[in-house]
Amino acid sequence: MSLKGTHINPKKFHRSQIKFYLILVPIAAVMLLPIFYIFSQALKPLDELMLFPPRFFVQKPSLRNFNMLIMTAGETGIPLTVYLFNSVLVAVIAISVNLTLTMITGYALSKKRFKGRQTLFNINQAALMFVPIAVSIPTFLVIVNMGILDTLAAHILPLLAMPVSLFLMKQFIDQLPDEIIEAARVDGASDFYIIRKIVVPLTKPALATVAILTFQATWSNLITSQFYINSELKKTFAFYMSTLTSTLEITVAGQGMAAAAGLIMFVPNLVIFIIMQNHVMDTMSHSGVK
Amino acid sequence: MMKHDFLFPVTKKQKNILSSVMLVLPYVLIFLGFIIVPILIAFSLSFTYFDTINPPEFAGFDNYVYMLTGDEPFVRNIIPNTLKYAFIVGPGGFALSFLMAWMLAQLQRGPRKYLSLLLYTPSMVGAILVTILWRSLFNGSETGYFNAFLLHYDFIEQPIQFLQSPDYLLNIMIIVSLWSSMGIGFLAMLAGILNINPELYEAARIDGMKNRFQEIFYITIPAMKPQMLFGAVMAIVNAFNMGEIGVLLSGINPTPQYSGSLIVNHIADFGFLRYEMGYASALSVVLFLIVFAFTRVSKILFGSD
Repeated sequence: MSLKGTHINPKKFHRSQIKFYLILVPIAAVMLLPIFYIFSQALKPLDELMLFPPRFFVQKPSLRNFNMLIMTAGETGIPLTVYLFNSVLVAVIAISVNLTLTMITGYALSKKRFKGRQTLFNINQAALMFVPIAVSIPTFLVIVNMGILDTLAAHILPLLAMPVSLFLMKQFIDQLPDEIIEAARVDGASDFYIIRKIVVPLTKPALATVAILTFQATWSNLITSQFYINSELKKTFAFYMSTLTSTLEITVAGQGMAAAAGLIMFVPNLVIFIIMQNHVMDTMSHSGVK
Repeated sequence: MMKHDFLFPVTKKQKNILSSVMLVLPYVLIFLGFIIVPILIAFSLSFTYFDTINPPEFAGFDNYVYMLTGDEPFVRNIIPNTLKYAFIVGPGGFALSFLMAWMLAQLQRGPRKYLSLLLYTPSMVGAILVTILWRSLFNGSETGYFNAFLLHYDFIEQPIQFLQSPDYLLNIMIIVSLWSSMGIGFLAMLAGILNINPELYEAARIDGMKNRFQEIFYITIPAMKPQMLFGAVMAIVNAFNMGEIGVLLSGINPTPQYSGSLIVNHIADFGFLRYEMGYASALSVVLFLIVFAFTRVSKILFGSD
């Protein structure tokens, strides 16, 4: 491999890039195949699901699996919309609170001078390696003792302890010049005024990234509904879908419905990420751990 | 200029400290409540017997001794499985992310954007779809896609029970986890490579840099160490957060003959199925130590000082 030809982030195509395309395109294609398969599976009518050998791509796509899924869900007595409402509510509250929280904390850690600032940031950075699943039992005990078992707070609070969100936000705020904030302070602006009028408009990419990360964490979370919520009526869409699909998969017809359920869970994640991809990349430029 | 909007007069400096505390306090409380306190509880309970009904009873190091001497599946399966899985999915996922990011950085903006989206997509499918998808592909009857494929081309005569078979389960878990390993660590490393000052490369070429491998080791990696470290930590955390995949794929905990059981599943098995919270907590402590060891090594490799 010689050094002639390609550069990092080139402006134009050069034939030395061909070798990278020859590696990247097949890998990307292979990685995407399972996702194509599940799309195709969700759209297969019953006779194609039964087919042996199974076909990879659907021939006559139909929405039957989606209709069947909604009908089956209705039979349990609790309408699907209840679970969906719970999930949307949890996601909206968690995102709003987390945006506020990471913004004010990130601002303080980045632009305010006070004792313990660096220590706080270092502790949060060390907590990047926190694996929540390892402490689901102690977290359960915390939730019981706080008296929030079976409440909306049990869905939301555990997910707000998200060191990576604060970390990315603080790193992003770091690159805003101190001068503009000092200038506002000299003019007598309060911290909340500075945050609202100066910091928020300049940190849109980081806010978008935190919103996406929070959405991904809440939307597909199974742990809170499984362990911290007892009433069926308060559980989330993700949890309902996972219990439903585990019983569906036994039959061939059920597999099509399970695929449909999985897609309903996945598509919002995908769409939101595609819309905000540029913001996420912008935020990631400041993601280094020193 | 001193305003008296508090009960007692405060100086500007005190006011500044007060407002800083107000800003960080909500996060600090949540951080304490849902990260620090659970870790401390896990640590304390690991030295007790606790069945959730009677109050915890001090047990010294009994749980840790039992782990090594009495818990046969732990020594024979859980630890070897966890280490094999973590060593391949952690560093493997990390290396894969770096290589993909490095190649993507050599393309123009347009194609790079689409290809990186495609590589990132599997990391956001979530636990539910991952389970449905791979259970369907590896289904043990002849309707499973892989079985049908192998049967059709006469590689096998009988369908293989991929997800119930101790020979296959752990390897399938590793494949699935690697498949979804290019998450935000991958995006961070891509951004890191793109941010490197091009003059560094120019200077190195003038100084006699010979090939791309030298360039990667002497310029690219040193110039993006902070992103490498972030990527490494994310790769390890991601590997352990995917730790339930064996139970999700096989549908039972413990997995068939413990073949796909990792320490995360063992914790759930003892904690939520047998209500032996003391022992489950001791397992959590061991899990923390393993994650800590991995991040420690990453820090030695990519830390800035």
